[in-house]
Amino acid sequence: MSILEKGQIVTANRLRDGIAVFLNRSGQWSERIDEATLALEPEAAAALEARAKADEKATIVTGSYLIDAERRDGRIRAAHIRERIRTLGPTVRLDLGKQADGTAGGFVAPEGA
Amino acid sequence: MYRYDEFDHQFVRQRTAQFRDQAERRMKGELSEDEFRPLRLMNGLYLQLHAYMLRVAVPYGTLSGRQMRQLAMIAERWDRGYGHFTTRQNIQYNWIKLEDTADILSALADVEMHAIQTSGNCIRNVTTDHWAGAAADEIADPRPVGELLRQWSSLHPEFSFLPRKFKIAVTGAPNDRAAVKVHDIGLRLHRNDKGEAGWEVIVGGGLGRTPMIGVTVRDFLPEPELIGYLEAIMRVYNLYGRRDNKYKARIKILVHELGADKFKSEVEAEYARKPQASTEVEERELKRIAAYFAAPQFDKLPRWSAAFEAAKLKNADFARWARNNLGVHKVGGYAIVNISLKPEGGIPGDASAEQMRLMADLAERYGSDELRVSHYQNIVLPHVRKDDVFAVWQALDGAGLAAANHGLVGDIIACPGLDYCALATARAIPIAQSISRAFTDIDRQEEIGPVSINISGCINACGHHHVGNIGILGLDKKGEEFYQITLGGSPSEKASIGTILGPGFAGHEVAGAVGKILDTYLKLRAPSEDFIATYSRLGAKPFKEALYAAA
Amino acid sequence: MPLLKNDTLIADTWIHGGLDDQLPEAGDVIVPFARLLREFDQLSHRPDKLGVAFSNIDRAEALSTFLPRLSLVALPFPAFNDGRAYSLARQLRDFGFRGEIRATGNVLPDQLQFMLQVGFDAFDIGERFPLEAWKRASKQMSLAYQRGLFRRNSEAEVWTERHTDAEPWLEQPHAG
Ligand code: SF4
Repeated sequence: MSILEKGQIVTANRLRDGIAVFLNRSGQWSERIDEATLALEPEAAAALEARAKADEKATIVTGSYLIDAERRDGRIRAAHIRERIRTLGPTVRLDLGKQADGTAGGFVAPEGA
Repeated sequence: MYRYDEFDHQFVRQRTAQFRDQAERRMKGELSEDEFRPLRLMNGLYLQLHAYMLRVAVPYGTLSGRQMRQLAMIAERWDRGYGHFTTRQNIQYNWIKLEDTADILSALADVEMHAIQTSGNCIRNVTTDHWAGAAADEIADPRPVGELLRQWSSLHPEFSFLPRKFKIAVTGAPNDRAAVKVHDIGLRLHRNDKGEAGWEVIVGGGLGRTPMIGVTVRDFLPEPELIGYLEAIMRVYNLYGRRDNKYKARIKILVHELGADKFKSEVEAEYARKPQASTEVEERELKRIAAYFAAPQFDKLPRWSAAFEAAKLKNADFARWARNNLGVHKVGGYAIVNISLKPEGGIPGDASAEQMRLMADLAERYGSDELRVSHYQNIVLPHVRKDDVFAVWQALDGAGLAAANHGLVGDIIACPGLDYCALATARAIPIAQSISRAFTDIDRQEEIGPVSINISGCINACGHHHVGNIGILGLDKKGEEFYQITLGGSPSEKASIGTILGPGFAGHEVAGAVGKILDTYLKLRAPSEDFIATYSRLGAKPFKEALYAAA
Repeated sequence: MPLLKNDTLIADTWIHGGLDDQLPEAGDVIVPFARLLREFDQLSHRPDKLGVAFSNIDRAEALSTFLPRLSLVALPFPAFNDGRAYSLARQLRDFGFRGEIRATGNVLPDQLQFMLQVGFDAFDIGERFPLEAWKRASKQMSLAYQRGLFRRNSEAEVWTERHTDAEPWLEQPHAG
């Protein structure tokens, strides 16, 4: 039986190459959404956000923001399709992006058209 | 084609060095993102969903073989082996790194190209007729004026922080292929009774949230006055355009809120007030530029090419492609070749590095070394001898570039949408693909005839959906993509904005809806009446009934 | 606030008057436009220089009658991307104003050269960037395509430069 947890994660783009990244449990920015820290409480989310802002100042990432996400069986899925596409790559080029690099995450792929 | 002289070279080199310095300062933390954003945008660098995106200017859509080859090199060396040709005659790369960007700009400068002002609230890349210099109906090639405007608008100190972006289009032909009525400024060349050429100046057209057709502020502006007059328009806009609301900041809103007459009198007052410098320099400069655009040496050929006709008889696929993809050239024995970047089920406007190289080869070998990017996201070889057309087609066919759908249902225009774009509300490309797959029968496409389908992934309307005969706008309804359909848009000299038909559709329903619209047209059309004519005659009603009839 | 002029930092010796406060008997003063309108008579009889802090939503023409008496016009950049003051500066120069045009508000090095080119010659620059950054920024581009700009010694107007000497590519019907 799997438990579904809902919360927020923080995402940004890496400054030097622009790749979409997620803040993980060890305070690093990972390309894998599955490694992201899922904040279940608003206070935890605020702490994530503060940490992200500090990393923006430190020129590690840019344009950080919180997104809604859910976790099941250790895999994380963003709530909105926009963010799901960011964690996978273009839905029209399956040979590109995280889905091709092996860094994709999420327990359900976005539905094709 | 225009060639840089020492000044142009130096200008672009310095600009590249300036950007290199800015990017380094950003990566060292000396510039904040807020300070850096406008600087990178003015050099064409966006931050998108998956990475940075670099938009490279193709001034007035004209490229040489060497330049196209360099675009291919950039795609392979710094991107993922492909590029996307846009509705503004530019190319964009989707997987760019900030740390590589200065090197890319420098590689562009090597072939006399840049990414200056492909974004930001400034005057953007000037667009024009992609058949310029080749079209049979042309009064004069508009590209010299395009180049004059490129130079004049580049790093214009007064107009680099306008209320909003600013797009100028120029056409030299009565059949408007540059959509001049839906640009911030549209310029149309025409002749007066005395046979002199002058420019109609149209201001305040545009798409986006509030689509509008522009109004004419001058019927007949003599060419030497062009720069001075445009400066007056720009100044009025810069001073009085709204800055309180991004959606009301385009010049069309200023024209609308002031009223066309008041706007015009502001411009005329500014133009009259401004101490009139002599226009001598502009005239000389224009002559200098025009010399670069002298037509290539055309051979004296018979109108009728035996080789071309024989090839058509022998090869039905070629005959079909020739029927649909060739344009009428002003010189007998020549043709305009339209290469469709819309293969069945493909991504509109995308080309791989190999495809770019092949097109560059063909241009060099058969096409006076010229290529054009059209705002239909296709590539044009403007000057090909009819005798060579078959060889060109064979090469294109071998590279997956011989889709025979130019101007037909399959020739769909689509912006990158939510697959790439950070501003998108829905995907656009998969919709184009599903429509393309629903119309794989090219006989049926030919039977339907000319029709334009335009898809945008958000209200910014980069897919020009308002001026598509069938326009499709992707929106977000509570986290779900859905699509609004408009009918009756046209970007031509009879420009019109499409009308929303009714409630939107889910993504998988759109192709079916387009099918119903086109079936309705086939049922109701008069002999030899194309889609837009039938729509103009009958209005939206029968199409609405077909779409929304209780099932 | 340090003031940048001719690539050097100088002290701002002007007195910045408000709408209603008492002005000292002598000394160069800058007053808001509304006060200039209201008290122009008294102000114009002061022994020293007079300047105005203009807004970027008033029309430059509104200043034209005062310009002969003014030695300084300060134009604001409420945000660096609010570009109205560029046009105002150009208009003032077109009117023949030769005094100081000072940029105030959000002035950044990366816009400095544009400001110089349209006729600004003094800059309220704050402390954010070192003088070196400003000096470098003032001469990043040595060329401009536009005509009628304010140029510094090392800068050239391309269209003018191109057409100064003999032009072999041009047919010269009157030559010879
Ligand atoms: S229309 Fe919207 S989604 Fe499409 S490219 Fe433009 S901004 Fe992006």
